Amino acid sequence: MEIKLKIWRQKDARSQGSFVDYNLSGVSGDMSFLEMLDFLNKTLIESGDEPVAFEHDCREGICGSCSLYINGRPHGPGDLVTTCELRMTRFKDGDTIVIEPWRAKSFPVIRDLIADRSAFDKIMEAGGFISVGTGSAPEANSIPVTKEDSDEAFDAATCIGCGACVAACKNSSAMLFVAAKVSHLTLLPQGHAESAKRAQSMVAKMDELGFGSCTNTGACEAECPKGISLAHIARLNREFLKAGFRG
Amino acid sequence: MSSFFNASVGKKFLVSVSGLFLIMFLATHLTVNLFLLWGQESYNLAAHFMATNPAIKIIEPMLALGFLLHITYSAWLTFANRDTRPQKYAMVDQSETSSWPSRNMFVLGSLIFIFLVLHLSNFWAKMKFGDMSYIDYNGVMVQDAYTLVTGKFVIWWYVIIYVAGAVFLGLHLLHGFQSAFQTLGLNNQIWRKRLTVTGTVYSIIIAAGFSIIPLYFIVNSFIN
Amino acid sequence: MSNLQSKIPEGPLADKWTSHKNSVKLVSPANKARLDVIVVGTGLSGASAISTLAELGYNVKAFCFQDSPRRAHSVAAQGGINAAKNYKNDGDSVYRLFNDIIKGGDYRAREANVYRAAEVSNQTIDQMVAAGVPFAREYSGYLDNRSFGGVQVSRTFYARGQTGQQCLLGAYSGMIRQIAKGRVTMYSRRDMLDLVVVDGKARGIVTRNLVTGEIERHSAHAVVLASGGYGTIYYLSTLAVGSNATASWAAHKRGALFSNPSFVQIHPTSLPQLNDYQAKLTLMSESLRNDGRIWVPKEKGDKRHPNEITEEERDYYLERRYPAFGNLVPRDVASRAAKERCDAGYGVGETGMSVYLDFSRSIGRFGEKTIEAKYGNLFEMYEKITGINPYNEPMRIYPAGHYTMGGLWVDYNLMTTIPGLFAIGESNFSDHGANRLGAGSLMQCAGDGYFILPVTIGDYLAGEIRTPRISTDIPEFEKAENEAVDKLRSLLAVRGKQTVTSFHKRLGKIMWDLCGMVRNEEGLKNAKKMIDELKEEFWNDVKIPGTLDELNQELEKAVKVADFFELGRLMCQDALERKESCGAHFREESQTPEGEAQRIDSDFSYVASWEYSGEGNDHVLHKEQLTFDNVKMQERSYK
Repeated sequence: MEIKLKIWRQKDARSQGSFVDYNLSGVSGDMSFLEMLDFLNKTLIESGDEPVAFEHDCREGICGSCSLYINGRPHGPGDLVTTCELRMTRFKDGDTIVIEPWRAKSFPVIRDLIADRSAFDKIMEAGGFISVGTGSAPEANSIPVTKEDSDEAFDAATCIGCGACVAACKNSSAMLFVAAKVSHLTLLPQGHAESAKRAQSMVAKMDELGFGSCTNTGACEAECPKGISLAHIARLNREFLKAGFRG
Repeated sequence: MSSFFNASVGKKFLVSVSGLFLIMFLATHLTVNLFLLWGQESYNLAAHFMATNPAIKIIEPMLALGFLLHITYSAWLTFANRDTRPQKYAMVDQSETSSWPSRNMFVLGSLIFIFLVLHLSNFWAKMKFGDMSYIDYNGVMVQDAYTLVTGKFVIWWYVIIYVAGAVFLGLHLLHGFQSAFQTLGLNNQIWRKRLTVTGTVYSIIIAAGFSIIPLYFIVNSFIN
Repeated sequence: MSNLQSKIPEGPLADKWTSHKNSVKLVSPANKARLDVIVVGTGLSGASAISTLAELGYNVKAFCFQDSPRRAHSVAAQGGINAAKNYKNDGDSVYRLFNDIIKGGDYRAREANVYRAAEVSNQTIDQMVAAGVPFAREYSGYLDNRSFGGVQVSRTFYARGQTGQQCLLGAYSGMIRQIAKGRVTMYSRRDMLDLVVVDGKARGIVTRNLVTGEIERHSAHAVVLASGGYGTIYYLSTLAVGSNATASWAAHKRGALFSNPSFVQIHPTSLPQLNDYQAKLTLMSESLRNDGRIWVPKEKGDKRHPNEITEEERDYYLERRYPAFGNLVPRDVASRAAKERCDAGYGVGETGMSVYLDFSRSIGRFGEKTIEAKYGNLFEMYEKITGINPYNEPMRIYPAGHYTMGGLWVDYNLMTTIPGLFAIGESNFSDHGANRLGAGSLMQCAGDGYFILPVTIGDYLAGEIRTPRISTDIPEFEKAENEAVDKLRSLLAVRGKQTVTSFHKRLGKIMWDLCGMVRNEEGLKNAKKMIDELKEEFWNDVKIPGTLDELNQELEKAVKVADFFELGRLMCQDALERKESCGAHFREESQTPEGEAQRIDSDFSYVASWEYSGEGNDHVLHKEQLTFDNVKMQERSYK
C-alpha cells in the first residue's frame, strides 16, 4: 500500500523544527510501524537524504524506548501497545499519518522524533527506590506478602517509563509515572517504611521539573501501553496527604 | 505545611475539598429552590429559615471561602499547566481516551463563574441589600423572595441563561464529583465505578433540578 | 599451551569462595573514596555492580548507550531467575544447581566459577525481594517457584513474563539512589569506542556523546565492562537492536582475550520471521514449554489448518525423541530438533520454517484461567503480532539467535587478561560453558554485580590506593581518542551506495546459515572468506549520511557493524577449530549415529581464548584446560 507521512523534522534541540511530507509506497500490512520507518529511512538514505531519527531498542514492548505520537495519540491507535508493537494493518492504503515526538516542556526534543526523557530518571532519583544496601537483606521468605498486594504491586511495577502518560496528558503531568512507582513500593512491606517521604519528594521533583498537575482526565491510563490504572494515582494522593497531615 | 500546599497535589487537595463542600451546598440550595414549586408561602418560609438560621451565618462565610479557594486554586493550577507544553501537537485525538468535560473543566468553571456573578447580582444581592417587600406569615415578617424569583423566570432569556447555567454545572460535576474523590485518594478499582455512577446521577439531579424550576414558571406563564 | 592464570582458589569446591573472600585484600573506606571505577553498561550486572560499588564508597562513573539506564536489555528477560533456595523441598541444593549448569553447559565451563554462581544465587533473591522486586507469590504470601527449561526441580523465581524487567528495575533503583547521593555519575547516551591502557593497566575509556557527537575521555583506576552479548551479529535475533559487541571488541583489540566466541545459544521459542523488513525476532519465553507441546504434522508439507490435523497425524517430535524430558529438553536440543524437522520438509507456515507450540491439552486440563494467569501477557503479545489467538489455535515458533555464552576471558576474580579490566554478566564467558540453562542469565548477572565483583575488584584496587586520580591528558588517551575519531571519519568518508543495515543483514545471513545452529568445516571456511569480502565491500561502499558532530544513528550502527565483521570472522575461526559438538555448538562432523551432539573431551575440554593479532589476521589461540573434579563428565542425554 501507499501512505502519506507527515513527519516532524528537527536538527537538534536548538533548531526550529517543521513537518516534512513523504510519500511511501510498497508498505506491507505485516510490517510493524517501526519497520515501516526503517523502510522509509532506507529509501531516504539511498536517495541521499538524512534518515528520520527515532528511538527504539528492544522492539518487543518492554524497554520503553519507542515514543512516537501518531495521528494525535501516543503510540498511535489501539490499546495496550507501544509504538514498536503497532502493526501497519492498522492503516489503509492512501492514509495520511502524522508523526510527532512526545511534546512537553520537561521532554525537550533533541532531534526529529527523539525527546529527552531524562526527567523521569531525575524523578526516580528523588525516591523511586527502597533504601536497602547490598548485603543487608533478610531471607527472602521471612516477610510474607499477600498475593493480592503482590499482584497489585506488580501491576504498578510494569511501567516501562516510556512517557506516553506525559505525552497524552493535556497538562503534561507525570502523575501516572510517579504513582506507578509509589504504588509499587508502598504496597510491599519492604517499601512501606519510606512511602510517605517517597510520595512527597517524588511529587516535589515532578513539580520542579515542570510537569503539570493531574486533572484526572484519565487519558494517561487509556494510552498507557501497560494499562497502569488511575487507582495508583489515588494511592499516591493518599500517601501524599497522609505524609502532609503527619507534618 | 507550606511545602504541602506548594506541591501540585497539595493545591489539588484544596480544589477538591472546596469542590466537595460546594457539592454539598448545591444539594441544600436545590432543596430550598424546589420549594418554589410548592408555592409562595412554602418557598418564602424556607428562604427565611435559611436566611435567619444561625448555622447559616457561620456557613455563609465558609461558602464564600470555598468559592474563593476553588476558583483561585483551579485558576492557579490551570495557568501553570498551560506552560507545560510550549510546542503544541499538530494533531490531537483524545476522543477515545478522555471525556470532553474532564478536559474542559476550566472552561466550564469559567462559564459557571459568569453565571454565578449574574445570579448573585440578580437574587442574592437584592435579597441581602435590596428593597424587598415583606409578607406577614403568622406574625413573622418574611421577605417575598418568591415574587422576585418568579418575576424573573417568566423572561425567556433569563430562563435560557439559568438552564444553560444548570447544564454547565451538571457537566462540571460529571467530572468534578469523582475527580474530587480521586484527588483525595478516596478511590480504587472497585470504588471508581461506584463513584462514577453516583457522580453521574448527582450531576443529572443537579442539572435537571435547577433547570426544571425556571422551565416550570415560563411554561406556566404561557399556559395561563 | 597457555599461560592463562584462572586463579582458582585452593581447597574443596564448596569452600573456595568463602576462603577467597576471607583472603582477598580490602580497601579502607577513606581510600575507596579516592578510587574511581568506570562501569560500562547498566543492565542487571552493570546496575547491580554500580549500586554496590557506590555503596562501598568508590566513585563510580556509569555509562550506557540508551537514554536511560533502565532500558538496558536485561529488561527483556522473560522467564525467571534461578536460585537454590529449595523452597519446594524437591531436593534442590547449591550443588545440584551447580551440577545442572555444568551439565547444561556440556562440561565447557569452569567448575569453581559455576559453583560460586550457584552459591550466591540465594543471596541474590534475598537482595531483590528487599529491593522491591515483585516476584510471584502463592496465596500463603510466600514466594512461588516454577520449573524451567531443562531441569527437574522447581527453582525458578519469576515475575509473570517480565522477570528481567523487574530484576533490572530493582537494580536500577539501587543505582539511582546512589546517583542521587552523588556517589555515581551517570553518563547516558554514550557509546564506548575504545579502552585506554596505560602501562599495561586499564585506565579509562573513550566515548562518543550520542547527542552532540563529542568524543570524551574518562579515566579511572579500574574499568568494568557489563556490556552484554553480541547475538545481534545475526541481524535477526531476540536481542534489542542496539545490543552490540563494540565495547568488548575494543577491549579485545587492546589485549583482552576473547573466549569461546562461537558459543551462541539459539533460543527455540521465538516467533518466526514474517517478512524481509523485519528488524528483530520476538522471543516467547520458554516457560511456555512447561504447558505447551511442540509438534509438526507427520505428513510432509501438510498445509491444513492445525486444528484440523488430528492427534494421530501429529508428530510430537521432542516427546518422541526425548521421552525423559520431552518438551523440556535444553534450548540447544530443542532448537536443533526444530531445524531438523523443518529442513526435512515437515515445517509449517507459509515458509515451512516454523513448528507448532500447542496449548490445547493444558487448557483442557487446567482451564483457560490457569493458563492465562501463567502466560497471559505472552499470549497477548503473540496475538498482537500475529493476529492469532493462541487460546484457540497453536502458536508458530522457530529458533532465533539469543544469548552468547562466549565473551571476554576472565579469571576467578572476573578480571580479563588486561589488569584492571573486569567483565561481568553476559560480556564475560565464565559460567555457562557451551550452553546456558534457562533462567541462568539473570542469576549470573546479579551474582556478578551484587556479590562477586564488588569483592574481587577490591583485591585489585587495594594495590591502587597510591595511584592518584588519572589524568586524561596523557598520551595514551590522546592516542585512543585520535584512533577512535579516525575510524569514525573513515566510515563517514566512504560515501558509498549501500546502507549499513543492508550490510548487517547480509552478514547476519552468513552467520546464521554457516555459523548458527549447525556448522561444518566447509561452511565455516566459506563463511570466513565471505565475511572478509563483505567487510571489504562495506569499507568501500557503505553510505552513512550526516556528520560526526550530531546525533547520527547511522554512524552508531556503522561502528557496531564494522566490529561485527571482525567478531564474526573470529566466531567462524573458533567454530572451525572446535571439531567437536558441544552444547550450542554443533559440528556436523561430530555426531552420534542417532544425530545427537558428540563431545570429544579428550581433545576439546578447554576454553578457547583468542588473542587479537592485527587487522585481518587469524587470531592466536590460548587454551585454558578444564578439569572436572566434582562432577562426572557424562554424555548429555535427555532421552
